[in-house]
Amino acid sequence: MFKTMLKVLKSVREYKIYAIITPLFMIGEAAVECVLPFVMSQFVDRIEGVKSIEPLVPFFIIIIAMTIVSIVCGILGGRFASYASCGFAKNLRQDLYKKVESFSFENIDHFHASSLVTRMTTDVNNAQMSFAMAIRIVIRAPLMLIFSAVMAFVTGGHMAWIFVTAIPIIGLIFFFVAHFAMGIFKRVFKRYDALNESVQENVAGMRVVKSFVREEYEDNKFSTTSSSLSKEFIKAEKIVALMTPTMNTTIHVVYLITMYLAALLIFQTSKYVFDAEKDKWFFDWGTLSVSKMSALLTYGIQILMSIMMISMIVTMLILSLESIRRIGEVLDEEPTIKNPEQPLEEVENGSVVFDNVSFKYKKEAERYAVSNLNFSIKSGEFIGIIGSTGSGKSTLVNLISRLYDTTEGRVLVSGHNVKEYDLKALRDSVAVVLQKNFLFSGTIRSNMQWGNKEATDEEIIRAIEIAQIPDVLKHYPEGLDHVVEQGGANFSGGQKQRLCIARAILKQPKILILDDSTSAVDTKTDKLIRRALKNDLPKMTKIVIAQRISSIEEADQIIVLDNGEINAIGKHDELLKNNEIYREVYQSQTQKGGN
Amino acid sequence: MPAPRIRSYVKPKKGTIKRLIKSLWKNFKFELILSLVTLILSIAVNLCGSIFASLITEVLTKAIPAKNANPDVSILKDLFEVNLFSFIPFKTNLTILTISLAAIYGVGVICSWTWNRTMAIVTQKYLNLFRIKMFSHMQKLPIKYFDTHQNGAIMSLYTNDIDTIRQFVSQSLPNMFACGLTVIGCVVVMLSLSVWMTLVVLFGTVAMFFNTKIIGGRASKFFVKQQVSVGKVEGSIEESITGLKVIKVFTHEEESLKDFEVLNNEWCENATIANIHGNIMAPINGNIGNFVYVFVAILGCILYITPNAVNLSITGGIQTIDAAAFYSKLLVPFLMLSRMFSQNINNFSQQVTFVVMGTAGASRCFDIIDEPVEADNGYVTLVNIKKHPDGTFEETNERTRDYAWKHPHKADGTVTYTELKGDIVIDNIDFSYDGKKTVLKGVSVYAHPGQQIALVGATGAGKTTITNLINRFYDIADGKIRYDGININKIKKDDLRHSLGVILQDVNLFTGTVMDNIRYGRLDATDEEVYEAAKIANAYDFIMRLPQGFNTMLSGNGDNLSQGQRQLISIARAAVADAPVMILDEATSSIDTRTERLVQKGMDQLMKGRTTFVIAHRLSTIQNADYILVLDKGQIIERGNHESLIEQKGYYYQLYTGAFELE
Repeated sequence: MFKTMLKVLKSVREYKIYAIITPLFMIGEAAVECVLPFVMSQFVDRIEGVKSIEPLVPFFIIIIAMTIVSIVCGILGGRFASYASCGFAKNLRQDLYKKVESFSFENIDHFHASSLVTRMTTDVNNAQMSFAMAIRIVIRAPLMLIFSAVMAFVTGGHMAWIFVTAIPIIGLIFFFVAHFAMGIFKRVFKRYDALNESVQENVAGMRVVKSFVREEYEDNKFSTTSSSLSKEFIKAEKIVALMTPTMNTTIHVVYLITMYLAALLIFQTSKYVFDAEKDKWFFDWGTLSVSKMSALLTYGIQILMSIMMISMIVTMLILSLESIRRIGEVLDEEPTIKNPEQPLEEVENGSVVFDNVSFKYKKEAERYAVSNLNFSIKSGEFIGIIGSTGSGKSTLVNLISRLYDTTEGRVLVSGHNVKEYDLKALRDSVAVVLQKNFLFSGTIRSNMQWGNKEATDEEIIRAIEIAQIPDVLKHYPEGLDHVVEQGGANFSGGQKQRLCIARAILKQPKILILDDSTSAVDTKTDKLIRRALKNDLPKMTKIVIAQRISSIEEADQIIVLDNGEINAIGKHDELLKNNEIYREVYQSQTQKGGN
Repeated sequence: MPAPRIRSYVKPKKGTIKRLIKSLWKNFKFELILSLVTLILSIAVNLCGSIFASLITEVLTKAIPAKNANPDVSILKDLFEVNLFSFIPFKTNLTILTISLAAIYGVGVICSWTWNRTMAIVTQKYLNLFRIKMFSHMQKLPIKYFDTHQNGAIMSLYTNDIDTIRQFVSQSLPNMFACGLTVIGCVVVMLSLSVWMTLVVLFGTVAMFFNTKIIGGRASKFFVKQQVSVGKVEGSIEESITGLKVIKVFTHEEESLKDFEVLNNEWCENATIANIHGNIMAPINGNIGNFVYVFVAILGCILYITPNAVNLSITGGIQTIDAAAFYSKLLVPFLMLSRMFSQNINNFSQQVTFVVMGTAGASRCFDIIDEPVEADNGYVTLVNIKKHPDGTFEETNERTRDYAWKHPHKADGTVTYTELKGDIVIDNIDFSYDGKKTVLKGVSVYAHPGQQIALVGATGAGKTTITNLINRFYDIADGKIRYDGININKIKKDDLRHSLGVILQDVNLFTGTVMDNIRYGRLDATDEEVYEAAKIANAYDFIMRLPQGFNTMLSGNGDNLSQGQRQLISIARAAVADAPVMILDEATSSIDTRTERLVQKGMDQLMKGRTTFVIAHRLSTIQNADYILVLDKGQIIERGNHESLIEQKGYYYQLYTGAFELE
């Protein structure tokens, strides 16, 4: 755990200096906070009986000087603390972002998208908060404790032991309460998640709720979740509400005992003494004077307060440990796919060979997602892949651009194992339009530039034409500068798919993979896209996964996948004749002689 | 549909705090009074405690020298009028003082415990009520609300915004109250001691006020800016994590990191400034308190030293100062008070940020509660009927699968029944979501009982809009849509929707077992009925293959199922609902064609004898429809059955033969 913490702390980097000087300024502030009451009580004692203001002037000056020190330290400390904590959070988030971007698909699957988002937002916030608190209080509280303790012993002598005995008691109370409350709080947080999830589902499924007239049912469900959360919360709060009174009781008890014993002590040790020199009786307070007693009590309270503060930081840190652990988990995750040491920088052509390839998503999984794949594709060929949901089509193509590494066997692109290539070079040559396609917020142009940063407007428009979506540009007066909302929400499914195809084409890849990328495009346009690809980019290898036979019937080879294995490879006519699955699919789509 | 509103900072409405406190008061009068009383008591007791404590020191200061000077017991008795049956009265006396002080502290502890606990409980109970009210209200909001608000923004009401209210009610409110009260108490006591010195203190308060206003105001401004930045950063994180695989495929890591850095740096800047201001407000205010202390002390000393100085207080009026009494009775307690005063003002000012944030949060929560609910003036209800052999029927409470519309007439108090047949007529409707862009224009649909009506057309042609109007997700003018001859605006929305079984393209499942999810269609369905429905949807087999069969828990949004399997469950859900009219909006789009063929059988069974509206992309699935309507840009351009449309050789024909674009 400690290691993880150190690892997370490394993100402080250029803000380290602030993280170090903040506590120093806090020392200044804390020192004033400790000394000032002492000076003030001294001062109040001196006022009595003064005849002119002069003897008091030094006090004013000292107090004002201390106040100025405190203000300066406070302002600078607060400022540096902000630099340090915000900078730390910024760096940490950036490190996480970088790390996540280095993840392979396997890593991404392992974490789940939503959990990664939480780690980069909520967990980083928690880490920031404890960090800020730590650098501001971590030195201040112990310093106050030590200072007060020393002062207590100086002024009160043995009396100060009372406070020392109280320290473990306070600590114990705090830990018991915190321990109990934390157990409950953990449960509370789980319930909180459940509550959020139910709201999330409800909002997302509002049309279903309304269609089935389940508003009341949902109400009741939510009330139950919410109320049980509330009950748990109340349990925890009741315990927390005990904290302050118990602490206060302890402090009061210590206070009273000290005062009572001090009074006894004063009573017993004080006496009138005759000063022979001055020929006068004067009063000797003995070991402890009343003003010393007051000071002692003040220090005592300060000791106990700083103990409380320390306990509080410890609790907060413990609470944030979970977040730190989760952040550490991401930082510690090794990307499963890395660049080879001496990578090939160029992919020469678009030929692909699968040599006895098997793959499973998890080592411990029993079932292979695809197994014993053997086939070869010549550069420039048009390959169709068909098979039912879960037959391994997407898995197969993901192996080509090394989004996953094969479990067994090897995948060759342009005659070399994909593992030998520089990842960027490989992926720049193998463009994949994923099934779950995604446009990013920005403009059409900015999305297209993902394919090629330097793409000119002409190039973009040409790609858009190949993807058969020039109408998009005609519709919008802003043309390429038309805004794309997050996730491409302002485009229809078919438009998005075609924009994604255009984006991929702009990469001028050697191999283009369309993973069910025209499902929302009509057959006619689908055909036009294929024709354009064929005519305009004849050298490019095209691998197309499709549900519709019509999308792939012209392919040079069609691979029929079933349960992760190749059921047949061949041309449309052959398969129609010889392959049962293919025929069945074909018939299902041409019922009553359509298409 | 209008674009969703991005969550941004909106100035909180005036009176938000007032409203919050009012609703708290309405629900928790007793608890609030209890907290208030104990809060006041604990403050009073605290003050008493410090007075008592100083009394003890005073007693010590005077009595001990006196006792040492003259060990005569009687003098001690005179000194302390309390007289007990003890040999050492002073000691006894001190004991009494100590015990009284202990008792005072005891009361104080009990009081502070009571109000802390009560407020904590009140807060939780109130938040619970608030959440439930908000959720329950949200269920009644029209679909339009959800179209125009991002899910994330709605979610954040239940998390961030509710949390700011929690902070406000449980922490800021009582703390500000306690501080305010202490401050007032201090001022009163100070005034009763010395008006002059109080003026010095008040002067300091003004300085603190300006500090809070300037620095605190700037802090609040940047905290708000920071919130906006946080939104941007989190949005960007969410977007790139969701699209992470695309980023990888396009090796766009560096560029995306750069984009992120810009936002992240912007956040850092705003957060730093906000935090700086937040961090320095307290030390400045605290130290203004120290200055005040010094000035009060200087003034006090001058008064103390100057012979025959005149003091003014609200209790004693103008009095000449007696030096000895002035010191112990006035100056020392006043200095103590002034410190207490500034500490409390400082604490008070520290709550300002929380109040600003709480107000903003509460304001957003109230906004959704104030949102007008889905209007429903319907009074025609759906009832089960028992049919008699002679063709007549009567209302019954049993589930007969035969329905009628119960139509009460206000004018003469009679009730008429119309048997539900599933005759739906849409008469020449125009519709627009936002009042600007026309989505439907002059659309008429005649669905006779038992007919299958297919809607074909490109995305955005208005297919789904038509079904949205039938189940009244959106309302249109009276009489435009008639259901068995009844204007649907007169039918109670719930009953109207009960009569329509809907399967949507986007499948939404809920956390719970598979059984729960299918039963969602009809809550009183027996297990057998659920199995039956699963069989109709061709989902039975795969469900049985799941680890716990029908009891398998579906997490989140049914992550553990494939898209196709989810759709099968949603079909089963509609099957169990067994509604007399069906709406299938791309119900089989995620199922591959082979599986679809298997499902089709079940679907045919589901549609048999029922009026059904089918929206489909794959024309193969709608060839059997009785009536096919081809939509283009909100208008019906062709209508007829498959054969007649093919014969027409129009748009449909071209679609069918793949010569035309459908998108």
